[in-house]
Order: sequence, then structure tokens, then C-alpha cells
Amino acid sequence: MAFIELINVVKNYTKGSEVVHVLQDLNLSLNAGDFLALMGPSGSGKSTLLNLIGGIDKPTAGRVVVGGAELGGMSSSQLAKWRSESIGFVFQFYNLLPFLTAQRNIELPLLLTNLRGAQRKENAMTALRTVSLDDRAKHKPGQLSGGQQQRVAIARAIVADPQILVCDEPTGDLDRQSAQEILELLEILNDRFKKTIIMVTHDPLAAEHAKKVLHLDKGVLVESTEEAVSA
Amino acid sequence: MTGLGFVWKNLYRKKTRTFLTFFCLYIAFLLYVALGSIAVVFSVDTISGELGANRLQTSAKYSMIDDIPKRYVDEISQLDGVELVTHMSWFGGYYKEPNNMLVTFPVDPSTFFRVYPEYEISDEHLTAFLETRRGMVAPISLVERYEWKVGDIIPIGSQIYPQEDGNYIWEFELVGSYTPDQDGQTAVLLQYDYFEEATAFGKGAVGWLAIQISDPQLAPELSQQIDSMYINSSDPVRTATESESNRQFLAQYGNITLMMSGILLAVFFTILLVCANTMAQAFRERIAELGVLKTIGFNDYRLGLWMLSEAIWLSVIPAVFGVLIGMGVLFMLGSSGATAMFVPTPPMSVVLSTAASSLGLALALGVIVGAIPALTTTRMSIVDAMHA
Ligand SMILES: Nc1ncnc2c1ncn2[C@@H]1O[C@H](COP(=O)(O)OP(=O)(O)O)[C@@H](O)[C@H]1O
Ligand SMILES: [Mg+2]
Repeated sequence: MAFIELINVVKNYTKGSEVVHVLQDLNLSLNAGDFLALMGPSGSGKSTLLNLIGGIDKPTAGRVVVGGAELGGMSSSQLAKWRSESIGFVFQFYNLLPFLTAQRNIELPLLLTNLRGAQRKENAMTALRTVSLDDRAKHKPGQLSGGQQQRVAIARAIVADPQILVCDEPTGDLDRQSAQEILELLEILNDRFKKTIIMVTHDPLAAEHAKKVLHLDKGVLVESTEEAVSA
Repeated sequence: MTGLGFVWKNLYRKKTRTFLTFFCLYIAFLLYVALGSIAVVFSVDTISGELGANRLQTSAKYSMIDDIPKRYVDEISQLDGVELVTHMSWFGGYYKEPNNMLVTFPVDPSTFFRVYPEYEISDEHLTAFLETRRGMVAPISLVERYEWKVGDIIPIGSQIYPQEDGNYIWEFELVGSYTPDQDGQTAVLLQYDYFEEATAFGKGAVGWLAIQISDPQLAPELSQQIDSMYINSSDPVRTATESESNRQFLAQYGNITLMMSGILLAVFFTILLVCANTMAQAFRERIAELGVLKTIGFNDYRLGLWMLSEAIWLSVIPAVFGVLIGMGVLFMLGSSGATAMFVPTPPMSVVLSTAASSLGLALALGVIVGAIPALTTTRMSIVDAMHA
């Protein structure tokens, strides 16, 4: 079995009496160390798919197996623990806590470990150095640019050393230059730190940084052709 | 940073809102302790306890401040079922300053302590009181407060009675002390015989009678009998059990306990709303953040608990301050002697139990107000939270 395996996954949402069919009989397998760009029109279910892989949502039918863990069979507490150890999340709007410094934000996932305060701080500083922001440790999110905030968010995603990074439009809110820096950073994390990365993006240039591109349309995955990428 | 640190940081985020909520709750709890303690003192059960059951009180029929003839003491003593009758008068006493009221009763020393066995006095002090015409005895708390010593001559002013030479300042010799059954009781006792001899007017009259009866069952019958004895005289009386008299006396103030309970209920309903509103706001602005924390791997229950403890801190912190200051105010009132007999200083035990119940109330308030945000936090799905 592959490192990440989705088998016959169906995902529906019920809005009142109406059922929204988001994913239909979807299959996907990824190997450890992959860097996948997931493209597709808005509303096609990209975030939904990412949420299933990241264990923050459950499929209506089918199986999601990540790193040998059968996510469908886990309780919400088990899933929470699993996420804290296995997955790092990066969002479009950074989602840092505004009242905590960069360093404290990065330390958050470590509150769920047995690490002592001093060790937590050291690990947070190491993560900050990895994203080249160690001089901003004491800054609050409001005092940082969008690109810097996203780098802090990436530092938070990697601080507990998960094997998988799940990124939902990580450059969607950034200017070209900052986006470029974020994408290079993700490449380094994939190449040098062997993180498996699944990144949702609208941007074909962003997708070029990935090793593999998949297109999601009307709930069905298709291997991307050159035209699709550059469309 | 721990969970507690996190909760504190969250409270600190909206400083103005937190401060205003704190302030509102602080005032409410201050009021609660102060008024609550006084309300307890006014409630009849605390005043009369069980001891009053075999005692009747007789006073002038139409007004409690009217006198009654002293001969009633002997006449009522003759009745079957009456064991002992003693009398008291309202001296209108003060110490040093006219506004420093001192509850002072001229009494009959030979019967007073037998009718009120709950007031403890040593044989030695009682004998001295009986034998000293200008003698007075005071509750031990008062003796300590004013640092009086046995043998001291104490000047006590009267708002009502001058001596025959027209002087309103009387002098008495402290011959002993007694221990009342309640901390709140502060009456200074004088020899009635000396008072009657020296006073410019009011000779032959007493304020009211306390009648010890052989069986509490006889109370209604005897009360009626006594009242009818004097119904056609120029000084008709009204007799009731001691607790009934107290109730009637307090009824002059309207129902204070009920009134205060009403005020306190309104106050608490208001702060419940204030507190609930603060928590609801704090929760609403934080839904997305809670979603992020859940995504990172924070457990549903842990986050719910943080929310709950935030609400509890929000109400307990100001409550602690309010309760402490409220207690301080009560003790200051008590030790300044500003309170008269009719607005009694709540005893320590009442203040402490009111303080304890306010803290319990604060805790309950926190739980009530925090319950919904906490439960919602626990149940909320990450996908919904992140979309909020
Ligand atoms: N929590 C939800 N409840 C109801 N419908 C939802 C929910 N989340 C997503 N959807 C619907 O599912 C579809 C796919 O959403 P999403 O995965 O966010 O798309 P994308 O990320 O590709 O833009 C959309 O039609 C959206 O309205
Ligand atoms: Mg999306």
C-alpha cells in the first residue's frame, strides 16, 4: 500500500434537505516524498480532499489510509493526536494567533508534546531559522508582512517534525515575490527534509514547483496534461 | 506557556471589555456581601433562634416607644404559668459623641439574667452588679473595644432622660461584663432602681417586659390573658412571643429581607447577562482560532475546558475582590460603632458564610456562562469552524 491511499472515497455535504456531492468515487495514491500540486476550479472539492487527507474531516464512504493509519476508524481524540504528530497544515490566510509572538505561535504544536519549556523554545527557534525569520521571533503577526506570516505558519507546520505537509493555496494571498519564496521553501522541505507535500493551488506557476500535478474537476481526479497546467 | 497561560492571554486580549466586565461583577459581589450579610441579620430566625420560644414580650399596645407602668411586673408575675418577669427600658444611650449610639437598658439585675440564661455572667460580676447602685455591666466585646476596666467610671449620655439636676450625662461604674449569645448583641445594662431614683422623669415606668413561661404551649393563652387584663386601662399592652415581637418590630422596616433579596436577584440577573454577553463575544471572535487549534491537534475537550475556565476566571477574580472589599466595609462599619441596635452589625460568622456563598455563586456563574461556549467548542467540527 502506498504512503497515502484514498480508495473509492465519496464525500457529500447535506445543506438542509439538499445533498451536495463533492467527491465521487475518488482514488488516489501518493508515495512518501511526493510533492503534489492539486489544481481545479473553485468549488471543485480541492479543500475537501485536503481535509480528508489531513484527518480534519471524514469521508461519507470509502477509505482514507495515511502512513498506515486508517483514518475512518479513529475517534476525534485519536485523530487530534494523530494530526499533531503526522501532519503540518498551511492555510491561505496563515491563521496565526494574533496575540502570540511568532515564536509562541510556532511553539503551539509542541504544547501537545512532553517537551519542556526551554526545549520547546529551542525547537521553535530552529524552525524559525529554517524559514529565515529568527530575527522576528518576538514579533506578533500584525507586525509581519504576508510573506513573513506565511513563513511563520510553515515553521509552525514543521516544528513537530511531521512527515506530511498539507497546504491549501499557500500563495493565494501573496505577491509574486513572496509567493516565489514560499514555493522555494516548500521545495527545500520536500528535497532536503523529505516532507511529503500536498499543495492546492490555482496558480500554474506555483504548480511547476511540484513533482506531480493532478486536476480535480467535478469531483473526479485527472492526471494533468500540459494544456491543463498552462491553461 | 500552559493552558492557564493561554486562558490569561485570552482574557488580556480585550483589555477594556475584560476590565468592564470585571468592574461590573466586582460591584455586584461587593453589594452581595454587604447587603446579603445585613439581610441575614434582619431575618427573624437568626435573631430569636429557639430560645425565645418560652418567653413572651409585653409592650405598650400602640407604640413600642411608649412606656408601661412598672407595677405590671408584679401583677403579671401572679399569673399561673408565668415563672418570672423582668423589664427593660430604652435609655437612648451614647458614649462620648451623640452619634456614637450605645444600646443601654436599665434592668432589674435580680431577674434579668434568669430570664435570659443565654447571657452568661460570672457570679462575682452578678453580685457586684446587684450590690452597686451605680453599677453597669457591658458585653465583653464592648469592654474590649473601649478598653474599659472593672472599676472605671464610664460617662454615658442619654438622648432621653436627664438627671434631676438637668444633666444628660450620667456616670456609671463598670462592675463586670457578660457574654451574649450573639456577636451582634451590644447592650449595656444599668440598675433600674438607681435610674428611677436619679431620673428627672419616667419614674415608675418601664419600656417593655420579658416574661418567662413554664410551657411554650401556654403562650397564646397567656398573651391573650395579659392583654385583656389591661385592655380598658390607660396603658393597654400587646403581648407576643419574643420571635413574634421581633417579627412585628422588623415589619416596621417593610420586609427588608425580601427587599434585599429582590435587589440582589436583579443585580445577579444583570451580571449574568453581562458575563454571558462577554463570553459569547469572546467565543464568537475566536471560532476560527479554535478551528486552527483543533487542526493543529488540540483535543476537543481540552479546548472546551479552556473556554470554561476562562468564564470561571472572568467571574471569580472580580468576585474575590468584591467579597474582600465588602467584608472590609462591614468590619469598618462594625468597629466604628456607627451601627445602632436597629441596624445590627452582622456577626463574623454571618459575614464569612455570606462570603463563602458569594464565591460559590461566582463559581456557579462562571460554569453557567461558560457552559455553552465550552460545549460548542467541544462539539464544533473543524470544517465549520474554519469557515466561520
Ligand atoms: N462544510 C460544508 N458544508 C456544506 N458544503 C460544503 C462544506 N464545505 C464545502 N462545501 C461545498 O463543497 C464544495 C467543494 O468545496 P471546497 O472543497 O471548499 O472547494 P475548493 O477548495 O475546490 O474551492 C463546494 O460546493 C462547497 O460549497
Ligand atoms: Mg478551497
